[in-house]
Amino acid sequence: MSQRKDRYQNRTEILQGTLDMLILQTLQWAPRHGYALSRAIRTNSGEILKVDTGSLYPALHRLERKGWIAAEWKASELGPRLRVYHLTKAGKRQLMSERSRWERLTTGIAGILNPAQKEDVP
Amino acid sequence: MKWTLWRRRQRNAELREEIQAHLLLAEREGIESGQTEKEARHSARREFGNVAIAEEVTRDVWGWRWAAGALQELRYAIRSFRQHPGFVAIALLTLGLGTGATTLMFSLVSGVLLKPLPYPEPERLVAVNGHTEGWNAKIYGEQKLAYLDFLDCQHDSRSLELAALVYNSGTLSAPGDPQYVDYFEISPELFSVLRVPLELGRAFLPEEDKTGAAPVAILGYSFWQRRFDRRADVLGGSLVLEQKRYTIVGVAPAGFRLYGDEPDVYTALGQDAAGYLRNRAAQPVHVVGRLRPGARLEQAQAEVALTGSHLAQAFVDTNKGRSLRVKWLHPPVGDLGSTLWLLLGAVGLVLLIACANVASLMLARAISRERELAMRVALGASRGRLVRQCLTESALLSLAGGMLGVMLANWSLQPFLAFWPGDLPRVEEVRIDWRVLLFAVALAVLTSVLCGLAPAWRAPVRQAEQVLRAGARTVSTGTRRLHSAFVVSEMALAIILLVAAGMLGRALLHASSLDPGLDIRDLLVMRVGLSPATLADPAKIPAGWQDLVDRARRVPGVQSVTAVEIVPMRQGNNEYGYWTTADVPPENEQPMALASSATPDYLKVMGIPLREGRFFDEHDRLGSEPVIVVDDVLAKSAFGGQDALGKNLWIPEMPCPQPNTSKFVECSTPFKIVGVVGHVRYWGLAGDDQAQLRAQFYYPFAQVAPSFLRRWSQLMSVAVRATVPPLTLVEPLRRELRGAAGDQVLYQVRTMEQLAHDSLAMQRFLLLLFGIFAGLALVLACIGIYGVLAYLTGRRIPEIGLRMAIGASPSDVSWLILRQSLGMVFLGMGIGTIAAVAAGRILENLVEGMQPTALSTFIIMIPFLLLAAMLASLVPARRASRVDPMHALRQE
Repeated sequence: MSQRKDRYQNRTEILQGTLDMLILQTLQWAPRHGYALSRAIRTNSGEILKVDTGSLYPALHRLERKGWIAAEWKASELGPRLRVYHLTKAGKRQLMSERSRWERLTTGIAGILNPAQKEDVP
Repeated sequence: MKWTLWRRRQRNAELREEIQAHLLLAEREGIESGQTEKEARHSARREFGNVAIAEEVTRDVWGWRWAAGALQELRYAIRSFRQHPGFVAIALLTLGLGTGATTLMFSLVSGVLLKPLPYPEPERLVAVNGHTEGWNAKIYGEQKLAYLDFLDCQHDSRSLELAALVYNSGTLSAPGDPQYVDYFEISPELFSVLRVPLELGRAFLPEEDKTGAAPVAILGYSFWQRRFDRRADVLGGSLVLEQKRYTIVGVAPAGFRLYGDEPDVYTALGQDAAGYLRNRAAQPVHVVGRLRPGARLEQAQAEVALTGSHLAQAFVDTNKGRSLRVKWLHPPVGDLGSTLWLLLGAVGLVLLIACANVASLMLARAISRERELAMRVALGASRGRLVRQCLTESALLSLAGGMLGVMLANWSLQPFLAFWPGDLPRVEEVRIDWRVLLFAVALAVLTSVLCGLAPAWRAPVRQAEQVLRAGARTVSTGTRRLHSAFVVSEMALAIILLVAAGMLGRALLHASSLDPGLDIRDLLVMRVGLSPATLADPAKIPAGWQDLVDRARRVPGVQSVTAVEIVPMRQGNNEYGYWTTADVPPENEQPMALASSATPDYLKVMGIPLREGRFFDEHDRLGSEPVIVVDDVLAKSAFGGQDALGKNLWIPEMPCPQPNTSKFVECSTPFKIVGVVGHVRYWGLAGDDQAQLRAQFYYPFAQVAPSFLRRWSQLMSVAVRATVPPLTLVEPLRRELRGAAGDQVLYQVRTMEQLAHDSLAMQRFLLLLFGIFAGLALVLACIGIYGVLAYLTGRRIPEIGLRMAIGASPSDVSWLILRQSLGMVFLGMGIGTIAAVAAGRILENLVEGMQPTALSTFIIMIPFLLLAAMLASLVPARRASRVDPMHALRQE
């Protein structure tokens, strides 16, 4: 039982840094419920990133606990209520810092992956 | 907790709703993109993955996991308890009895010893005592103060508010029937120093604290209730105490007591013109004080010590060598503390045995569940989880046991207090309050750790696979040792209690067989409050007593009557230092003796044997030669083997038997010994042999100087030898001795047999309690032996089967088991005996009349214990001998 759980936790760990940022980024434009969020991430990434729902909900609840996003129940024409998440002020700040961190990271990685370019610079 | 649970349930439902909506949306999209409803649902599910796990992982994020885990463990524990109601019942009963008895004892310790005084800011209250250089602190202890010294302290001290009180007693003759009452003479500040408001009316005013002021009185609350039916209109009314009419100005608050019992009446100390209050040599005044705001104890001590040294210089005759000291005020409980701690300790041993018992039961259970636990480990339970499971079970048991214990304690507290021999000081403070509950909770935590530690330590399976592969039926050496350790410690603890009970029993038997030194049968003793009118005139007092004795003698059923100052085995004594030559050394080097004045019939009435010479007769009177009669203890210690008869004793502190002595003067003339009588066990049957002060002498009441007659008369008692059952004489005597004015009262009426019986009451009570504790300990220890042996034997069945298959006889097998038990029992007895010798020492010091620990006590107790242990081992041993070898081997 616990071993299976561990496996899931490991997977979220790998994604954790980016998944949080992706959720925050996606919520920046409009509040969304869980399903819409996973669709949006998939669509916006050109179907490359597929969010594992086993990680999505724990991530959403964790972000909610941290106060970066907030949720409210909204009625829908489908029947069941939908839990709609939106970004909080703290979440916006967090997104900014995560983005800059990510950008630094990708620049760094890019620098390593393409060392030639660097030498070309006069 | 409830709130959390409710929220948790709600959030669970919401999470499920959220995930369901997700699935529904995915399904809807699938349908829109052309899938059938069934296909769409399946693909939505497939895409989502395991819903339950997603839920669980999400829930983990909430941070309630520990609570959920605890809840689960609790549920698991309850479920497993339900499967073993017998185990649970025994464990609960054992723990309930153990904690119940301990909680009960602690409620006494707490109420009597630990609780602060029931006044506001009790931590700022102090007492002022006197100490005199060279006085034996063991006999005199802390001295009170002279009234004049108190007034000086009060005047000098800047850091203390001080108040004084003097204990007194006398006849209250109106309103209503005459009654002998206890009263406090108090300084007007007493109630304000203690910060207690009066129930009704007011305290005394400073201007009422002078001789010649209008007499005023305050009623004690209980007395007001008893005698005045709580009427508010008593204020302004009057009462007559010792022939003086007082105006009632107030009623003291309920339960107000200082130094023992609640007094009936309070009067103003400053109004009392009695000589002893103006004499710095007499110290009748209790002094209590309160530190003024900002003042510290050291400051107060320095101030009072300074006053004391000034007084010692200014009044050399009376105050030389006397210093004054300030201490925190403690409730006066006498030497009860040691008894209460002793009982708490004894009951603590019972609790320890109970814990050992439950721990070994739980250990046995944990080990027989080893396969189950191994299975859980194999399925992924962590080691920590199993430890937690064990501790949860023991905590659950301990808490339930603790609750049961508190209930038992609450239920048995009143009967127990009623059963306590004599007066328990501060008994009104003894109740199950937050202190006691806190103690019970602490006890439950302690027991849960004690009971759960061993199983928790053992339970986490060493190698799960190994256990699963091996049959369940093996016991590792380590486990067996742990089990034996429980039995050994239970035995050792039980021995301590058994030996203690044995020692108490022996002491009681020994004391009961002692000769009290007088004939206690058919003897009635009582105090008499002589008519206040008689007491007022010293010239009338001897006739008053003579009249009393004559009247008593005329009551049918009365054989003889005497008046006597101190009655054996009852509170109240008088003691003097003596010397055999005129060259008397300082006070602290003089040997001391108990002194009592008596009338000529004393020996005959009490049945005390005359060894030599004579007792007093009517020729011993004021002006004739001062005579005394000594007991054989004094004769022996003062004169060795020589004849004491005709020798002289110098007794400087004793008032001189001269007709015209008006003041206290030290007596330089000696007293002639005219007789030697048998020793009387004044301190009670148990206590007398070890008492500090045993020598006794008697002097004739007729030779008491007139100026002391009034004081002496307040101390005198009457003893009556009866030809009928003595208690039937009480009413006729009461009627006959009322006196002409009808205001003479008898009080503290006892038969000598009662007094002798009461003098052993504490020993009897302790014996009973220790007997109960020891019995309980023995039963618990036997249950422990039985449980452990039954368990160990059960685990050894395959081995036993094998032994029998290769030729062991049933008796060999029984012996195998018994030998195992005997090993544990003997080891326990060895350890216990050493501990019991140490415990015996404690008992010798704390309980009067204890004999040194005797070998015979052990020799009586050991077969007793062995027998019990053998009985407990017999059943498992027999069961082992009936093992069917084939069956046992097939179990493997």
